[in-house]
Amino acid sequence: MQKDKYKCLVDKLTPKESKYKNAIVAFLIGGIVGIVGELIMHLLTHCFGISRAESYAYLAMIMIFLGSLFTALGFFDDWVSFAKAGLFLPTTGFAHSIASCALDYKNDGLITGLGASFFKLAGSVILYGILSAFFLLIVRMIIGV
Amino acid sequence: MSSLKFNNVYINNYYSIAGPKERLGKIKNYDLTFKDYYFGEKTFEKAEIKMQSVVLDYLLKNNSADIILGGDLSNQITNSTYAARNYNTSFLGLYSACATFAEELLVASNLLETNQVNSVICLTSSHNLTAEKEFRFPIEYGSPKKVTSTFTATGCVGCLLTNNQSNIKVESATIGKIIDLDWKDPNHFGAAMAPAAADTIFNHLKDLGRNADYYDVILTGDLGKIGSKILIEYMREEYNIILKNHLDAGTEIFCNSQDVNSGSSGPVTIPLVFFNRVIKNTQYKKILLVATGALHSPLMLNQKESIPAIAHAVSFEVIK
Repeated sequence: MQKDKYKCLVDKLTPKESKYKNAIVAFLIGGIVGIVGELIMHLLTHCFGISRAESYAYLAMIMIFLGSLFTALGFFDDWVSFAKAGLFLPTTGFAHSIASCALDYKNDGLITGLGASFFKLAGSVILYGILSAFFLLIVRMIIGV
Repeated sequence: MSSLKFNNVYINNYYSIAGPKERLGKIKNYDLTFKDYYFGEKTFEKAEIKMQSVVLDYLLKNNSADIILGGDLSNQITNSTYAARNYNTSFLGLYSACATFAEELLVASNLLETNQVNSVICLTSSHNLTAEKEFRFPIEYGSPKKVTSTFTATGCVGCLLTNNQSNIKVESATIGKIIDLDWKDPNHFGAAMAPAAADTIFNHLKDLGRNADYYDVILTGDLGKIGSKILIEYMREEYNIILKNHLDAGTEIFCNSQDVNSGSSGPVTIPLVFFNRVIKNTQYKKILLVATGALHSPLMLNQKESIPAIAHAVSFEVIK
């Protein structure tokens, strides 16, 4: 059978992913993560007297810690599987990808295993994030903003 | 012509081990099950090796084997070679992904048919967590699973084949061709493998001059729920063959409540179902086992290649 005809046959018999449901779940859960972040910031500024600017750094550390801890405790993967973009996009997702790689490759040695594979999933984010920031800076310099 | 006929090859013994999720599934009569994915070992790879060792210990307890045929999903099939190294027996490593068991059976039958060896062990295993690490994502990474995805089963099955008559006779086999219809989605292996299964079934029936109704059941490997529908439709459209007696092993291991989307996969899926469900069913006397395998690697997929697939068929007569 020709590959185009086969693709039509498969598409006809394959159930469609519920994109709208996934989008709504991601939106709501991503939103909840945002609210939790704001609450933590509020707590830091009002109860601990930390400046707003400094509390961003503390918030990032707390979210990264929670993402890594929950991954290590073994239940965060179920949450991410369900929430999809609502949890793998924010800082929590980044921490989750690094923590899960570290857990997997722990047995393959500290250097050849854990160290080599630590950024296996997050590497693209780091590389292209830094590159984009660099190019945008050039653009900003050229525009003279 | 890629089919072989056998006259004096029989399965004399077999042993199945199933893992934590499989033991809670549809089949309850596995020889051994375990609750911890580590199976008492330090790593999942060692757990898979241990499963193979337990099966080999059982099969070699009161028998000897001239040759062990092994294969699994791990890189360089180390989970099979590291298990077999302790048994001081000639070894052949085979690989056709989830079709490995059928490949082993047909090679073993061919060795035995000519009476040049006396006994051959075929065994294969898969472990969900070793497969996920190699093929997909780290185990604790919550990558979303599509409805078309399958769940690699954890278990190990081995069998002993000889020329001594038993109630399970290996009757014929067909060696499959690698079929590639440019399917690229690794979350939908059913679609990648169905054309290979169809091609092998068609050639098997043609070579042996049989029609699909000759068999009481045609058992395919891990096409899953959706892959099975694709196979039936594809066989009807491409070969004008209506499959009325089809059963897919991928749909027979886990219950619907176990959340495995399209079903079970892994080289151990088809032998777990064959030995623990199909041959136990007295209605199935003439069985065609068609194991399917996806012959890709993560590297080839990263290079934007498609997923070629293969299916090997072995037919049995269960004599009561």
